[in-house]
Amino acid sequence: MGVKLESKPISRLGYIRWKPENIVYGFQQGNETCAEGSILAGLDFYGGYPITPSSEVAEVLSVRMPQEGSVFVQMEDEIASMASIIGASLGGARSMTATSGPGFSLMQENLGYAVIAEVPCVLVNVQRLGPSTGGPTSPAQGDVMQARWGTHGDHPIIALSPSTIQEVLELTIVAFDFAERLRTPVILLMDEIVAHMREKVAFPKPEDVDIFYRENIPIDVETYLPYDNDVPEGVPPLLSFGEGSRYHVTGLLHDPAGFPTQNKKEINAWLDRIKIKFEKAMDRILLYEIYNMEDAEEAIISFGISARAGLEAMSLARKQGRKVGMLKLITIWPLPEEPIKKILQNVKKVIVPEMNLGQLILEIDRLNKYGCQVVGVNKADGDIIRPGEILKALDRDETPPEEESGNQGLYNQLKNCIRI
Amino acid sequence: MERTAPLSIDYLRPHKQFPSVWCPGCGDGIVLGAIIRAIQELGLDKNSVAMVSGIGCSGRMPVYADFNTLHTTHGRALAFATGLKLARPDLNVIVIMGDGDAMAIGGNHFIHTCRRNINLTAVVINNRIYGMTGGQCSPTTPTGNLATTSTYGNIDQPFDISHIAAVAGASFVGRSTVFHARELQNIVQQAIQKKGFAVVEALSNCHTYFGRLNKIGNAPQMMEWFKNNTAPLLMDPDKRGDKITRGVFVDKDSTGFVDHYNQLVEKAILKKEDLMRLKKRRMRRKFITGK
Repeated sequence: MGVKLESKPISRLGYIRWKPENIVYGFQQGNETCAEGSILAGLDFYGGYPITPSSEVAEVLSVRMPQEGSVFVQMEDEIASMASIIGASLGGARSMTATSGPGFSLMQENLGYAVIAEVPCVLVNVQRLGPSTGGPTSPAQGDVMQARWGTHGDHPIIALSPSTIQEVLELTIVAFDFAERLRTPVILLMDEIVAHMREKVAFPKPEDVDIFYRENIPIDVETYLPYDNDVPEGVPPLLSFGEGSRYHVTGLLHDPAGFPTQNKKEINAWLDRIKIKFEKAMDRILLYEIYNMEDAEEAIISFGISARAGLEAMSLARKQGRKVGMLKLITIWPLPEEPIKKILQNVKKVIVPEMNLGQLILEIDRLNKYGCQVVGVNKADGDIIRPGEILKALDRDETPPEEESGNQGLYNQLKNCIRI
Repeated sequence: MERTAPLSIDYLRPHKQFPSVWCPGCGDGIVLGAIIRAIQELGLDKNSVAMVSGIGCSGRMPVYADFNTLHTTHGRALAFATGLKLARPDLNVIVIMGDGDAMAIGGNHFIHTCRRNINLTAVVINNRIYGMTGGQCSPTTPTGNLATTSTYGNIDQPFDISHIAAVAGASFVGRSTVFHARELQNIVQQAIQKKGFAVVEALSNCHTYFGRLNKIGNAPQMMEWFKNNTAPLLMDPDKRGDKITRGVFVDKDSTGFVDHYNQLVEKAILKKEDLMRLKKRRMRRKFITGK
């Protein structure tokens, strides 16, 4: 009853030309790797504010960026950090900031600005235990929904989640590419473990990384419309400030020239284009990896560090003779709905391990129109999810036993409560 | 007659954007006029000027001006401008804010931009009230004055914007009013030429709320008020009394953040290969700016 699915790993994008003779190996943290990756991605401007567990990104960049002749500036808070990278991006710089939960909350205001004004930038959020100051600096994956809906109003967003240090490097490069190509903010949703864990990483030489530079697109300055709704792919090229066009950028709803509008026709034209822009790029944006789904009767769907526990649980279960497959999401937003639907259609049970009280599972439940049993493995106490705990969830019956302790199964208990 | 120099009107965006959102008699137009004449006087190319604003009546100013314009979020204009200036140091970045914008929600950004002494020009239009949202009390509303959220009289003490800018480390601080339009233009002109962070406080009239609620009157009466209740800094203090002072309070020799950062870059480049990389990057930069 298995189904063959096409896996979409990062490598398929081909941004990095891996030449064995050029590869340099490192043994380092996710945060350090993110910093190095951003430089490989052509980072021009970093504006940030210290917060654990993301501070190493800023520390490394404060050393490296002046060496590259690019700009590192420590801003007065996270609100200013997010604002500064948008300003820099309009000046033509490839820009980034890094933060963690509380800072991510502060950045939501101007994250929305980057969405409406379509300004490319990369926001690294190293998730820590919340809410509020929460548990610094314990790991969590509690910002899944904040990444999606944190800023007010309806909007599309891209969030990428690495689970290995190698993925941190590659996704940082990918994040810049998506941001620049689609004129959108991109969130790199890491977690504390990925940020602080040390692993072997292969680095390419800078010349082996393909970078999409927005200034390479020819633009007619005289007729330039920064928000032209008639461009075929839905992405009007972005001309930097000072290039002779003297256009207007605002956080208000705007017409194709960038000026404020309340005209419903113009507003709807903009909304339609934003939709088209993401739809047309969806095939490129959606990244995930599929394991052992050909004959699977049960599946694990996860992301980030929890996906590592999921993969281990899968191989342990396979050794026991159970037919377990796995879907590792790399792109979380937009959600890769098709592979999730296919899995829900073809297996009896889906386990969703995540270090929160059930966020991704809400989306999987939404897609579950096939009567598949969807079970969460949840923790939000600063501890990680272990493969054994996922195996236990595989063994569990449809209704979880009452005596279950801790946060594990809390989601299901909550669900049962709601049903009663 | 053949036109040689551009007229003030050449710095405005034509047709579509007018009439402005401002009430008839609003001081914001006079401030815009002062800024445009200062730019005209300095002979700056329109393409080399970026105007950044926050939220409020003042926030709408960039729509009318024919520069690279950026209308940001409430209070954050200086932070956006910091990023823009550091990405494009060749641009003259002028930041327009209101008193609530700069001193309340953006107070932190304001003092830190002074401290950072970054090469920006900030024009704070101080009408001592929140105009766009309907006349609420602002951080510069004088004690005892009325606003729609201080209907029994304001019990807070007001901020002195110029004083805060001076002690926070701005390189240039000046104040004038919309009645003294020529003086205001001169101060803005000096501010734009300054290398570090320059602050201009432009006292302005919101007769719709401040003037009406505090029984000062309409636009002409408020102009009269500025004429009678302000005095030049150079005037004899005994004659000046407790009138609001106008003039240049701070004018320091300073290179500002951009130069300091460039020095830091030179210090950071240790190896020859770094220099090569830097040269490559500069070439790309040139590609951004070159035509």
